[in-house]
Amino acid sequence: MKKPADEVQTFINLFELVEVFLWSVSTMANIIVLVKQVPDTNARIVLSGDRVDLSAVKKVMSPYDEFAVETALQHREASGGEVTAVTVGGAGADKVLKDAKAIGVDKIVRIDCDSSLDSNALQSILASVVSSLGAEVVYCGKSAADTGAGSTGPGLAERLGWASVSHTTSVAFGDQLSVVTPASGGNARVTVPLPAVISCDKGDIKVRKPNVKGIMQAKKAQVDVHAVDAPASTVSIVSHSMPPAKPAGKSYQGGEAAAEVAQLLRDEANVI
Amino acid sequence: MSETIVIAEIVKGVVHPTTSELITAAHALGSQPVVIVPCADAGVADAAAQFSGASKIIAAKSDVFSNYDAAGWAAALDAVTPAGIIVTSASPQSKDMAARLAARRGISVVQDVVKIEGGNLTSPIYSGKAMQTVSLSGDAVVTVRPNVFDASGNDGSGEVSVVDTTGNVATAVQEFMARASSRLDVAEANIIVSGGRGMGSPANFSHLEAIADTIGAAVGASRAAVDTWDDIPHSMQVGQTGKTVNPNLYIAVGISGAIQHLAGMRSSKYIVAINKDADAPIFQHADYGIVATWEEALPVLQSSLAAMMA
Ligand SMILES: Cc1cc2nc3c(=O)[nH]c(=O)nc-3n(C[C@H](O)[C@H](O)[C@H](O)COP(=O)(O)OP(=O)(O)OC[C@H]3O[C@@H](n4cnc5c(N)ncnc54)[C@H](O)[C@@H]3O)c2cc1C
Ligand SMILES: Nc1ncnc2c1ncn2[C@@H]1O[C@H](COP(=O)(O)O)[C@@H](O)[C@H]1O
Repeated sequence: MKKPADEVQTFINLFELVEVFLWSVSTMANIIVLVKQVPDTNARIVLSGDRVDLSAVKKVMSPYDEFAVETALQHREASGGEVTAVTVGGAGADKVLKDAKAIGVDKIVRIDCDSSLDSNALQSILASVVSSLGAEVVYCGKSAADTGAGSTGPGLAERLGWASVSHTTSVAFGDQLSVVTPASGGNARVTVPLPAVISCDKGDIKVRKPNVKGIMQAKKAQVDVHAVDAPASTVSIVSHSMPPAKPAGKSYQGGEAAAEVAQLLRDEANVI
Repeated sequence: MSETIVIAEIVKGVVHPTTSELITAAHALGSQPVVIVPCADAGVADAAAQFSGASKIIAAKSDVFSNYDAAGWAAALDAVTPAGIIVTSASPQSKDMAARLAARRGISVVQDVVKIEGGNLTSPIYSGKAMQTVSLSGDAVVTVRPNVFDASGNDGSGEVSVVDTTGNVATAVQEFMARASSRLDVAEANIIVSGGRGMGSPANFSHLEAIADTIGAAVGASRAAVDTWDDIPHSMQVGQTGKTVNPNLYIAVGISGAIQHLAGMRSSKYIVAINKDADAPIFQHADYGIVATWEEALPVLQSSLAAMMA
C-alpha cells in the first residue's frame, strides 16, 4: 500500500512532466517544406505540336528541394516539432511526397491542382495552405528545375508578410535563423526573424538518403489531399518551342589555333 | 494604356550598364519607360540619365537600399512605382526582388525573358532545353536576362527627380565574408574561364587563373571538378546545381559539356571550348572549338591574350 506522501510525490512528478512538455511545445517548430515534381534533369525534352510532351519522361523531386527537405529535417532535429511536405499538383505528384516521407518528413499534403498556374495563382494557393496549416518557417528550393524561376519563396513570403532570404547555402537554427547567402564580393551571414521563408541553394550539407524503414513507412503513408479553387492566371502559355539552333561554330585542330581564336574573340566577336 | 517602368540594376551601389538593355526591353513591351533607381544616395541616379529612351528618371532614395533585404526593397519600390508593367534584370537579386514586388501587388512575375515579340514573352524552361512563350492579360513584373537585348544607347538627357521612400527591413546582416580570392565571382563576371575534370588536378587551375587575370575574367568549374577536388569550391560551380551564368564569353576547358553543365552556361553570348576529344558534346555549342589538350592550347591562348591586352 502506498503512503500518502508517495502519492503527493507522484503528483508532483506528473506536474513537472506536464510542465516540461508544455515548455517543449512552445519551442517546437511547425516546419513546412515545399517540394515539386519535375522531369529528371537528364531527360530529353520533346515537343508534341507546340507544347512540351512530358508523357515519357521520368519525374523526380526538383534538385534544390532535396536541400530544402534536408534543412527542414535538421531544423526539426535542432528544435523538435514537425515537418510537413506540401506540393501543388495532380495525383501523379503523390510520388514526390512519398519520396519526402521516405527521407523523414512527418506529414505529406497535396493540393490537388493539375492545371498550369502563373506565379500569382500558385502563391495565392500556397499562402492560404501555409496559413491554414500554421507554420513558423517554410523551406523551398531556390528555383524549380522546370521553371528555373525562383519566384515562389520570395513571393509566398510577401503574401504572408514574412521575411525571406533566397539562395541560402547554410542555415543555423534558434529563435531566429542565421543563414549564409551570397552578397556582392562574397557571402553574408544574415539574421532572419521568424516567421520566414527560406529558399535553399546547394550548400555544403549532404542530403540524407531514404533508408529501408523510411521507404516502407512511405509506402503505407496517406497523402492528405486538399481541394482548391485556383485563381485565374493572367499569364497564359502561348507555345513551347525548342531553343533556337546555334549556327555551327568554327572548329580548329591543335593548340596553336588558340592564337587565331584569341584574335577572333577580339576582332569578330568583340568580347575581349 | 498602362505605364512601363524599368527598375535599374544596381551592382555594388552603382547603376549597372545592363540597365540600358532593360530600357530596350521596355520599349518592346509598350512605351518609353520611367526608370526608377533604388539608391541610398540620389547622386547614384545621375548615371541613368545618359541612357537613351527613358521618359523620366526617378531616384528612389532610402536607407533601405544600402543593403539588400527582399521585404524592405519590395516595400520601398512599391511605394514609388506607378501601376504598369515593370521590367528589371534577371540577376539573382533582382529576380528575388521582382517576385516579392509582384506578390505585393497581387500580380504575376515572368522571369528570365530572352525575347519580346508582339507583346509575347519568351523564357527558357527545363534549364534551357525548351523555350516557353507567354502572353499577359494584366500587369506583371518581367525580368530580362542580361546580354540579350541591345543597349538603348547613351545620348539620353533625362532629368532626375528624387523621391524619398521607405520600407521595413526584415533581416539583418551580421557579417560579410569576403571571398578568399579577389577574383570576380562567376555570377558577376562578363567573361568566365571554366575548368573541368580534364584539368587533371586542382593545381592546374592556376593556368585558368592566369588567363582570367589577363582579361579580367572569373574562374568557374564543372561539378566533376568541384566534387573531385576539395580545393575547387562549390561557389565556382556552373550548371544545374551550380550557378546560371550569362556572360559575353565562356571558355570551357576540359569540360565534356554534360546537359547539367550546359544548363548553367548555354545562353552565354560566345562559347569557346578546348577539349582533346573531338566528339565532346561541348563542341556542338561552341562558337570556337579547339580540339587539343589544354597543355597545348592554354599557353598559346595566354600569350596571345597577354599580347592583345598589353
Ligand atoms: C542532378 C545533377 C545535377 C548536376 N549538376 C551539375 C552542375 O551544376 N554542373 C556541372 O558541371 N555538372 C553537373 N552535373 C554533372 C554532369 O552530369 C557531369 O558529370 C559533369 O558536368 C562532368 O564534368 P566534366 O565535364 O568536368 O567531366 P567529364 O565529363 O569527365 O569530362 C572531362 C572532359 O575533359 C576532357 N579532357 C581530358 N583531359 C584533357 C586534356 N588534357 N585537355 C583537354 N581536355 C581534356 C575529356 O575529353 C572530357 O571531355 C549534375 C549531374 C546531376 C545528375
Ligand atoms: N507546384 C509546386 N508545389 C510545391 N512547391 C512548389 C511548386 N512550385 C514551386 N514550388 C517550390 O518553390 C521552389 C521554387 O520554384 P519556382 O519559383 O518555380 O522556381 C521549388 O523549388 C519548390 O520548392
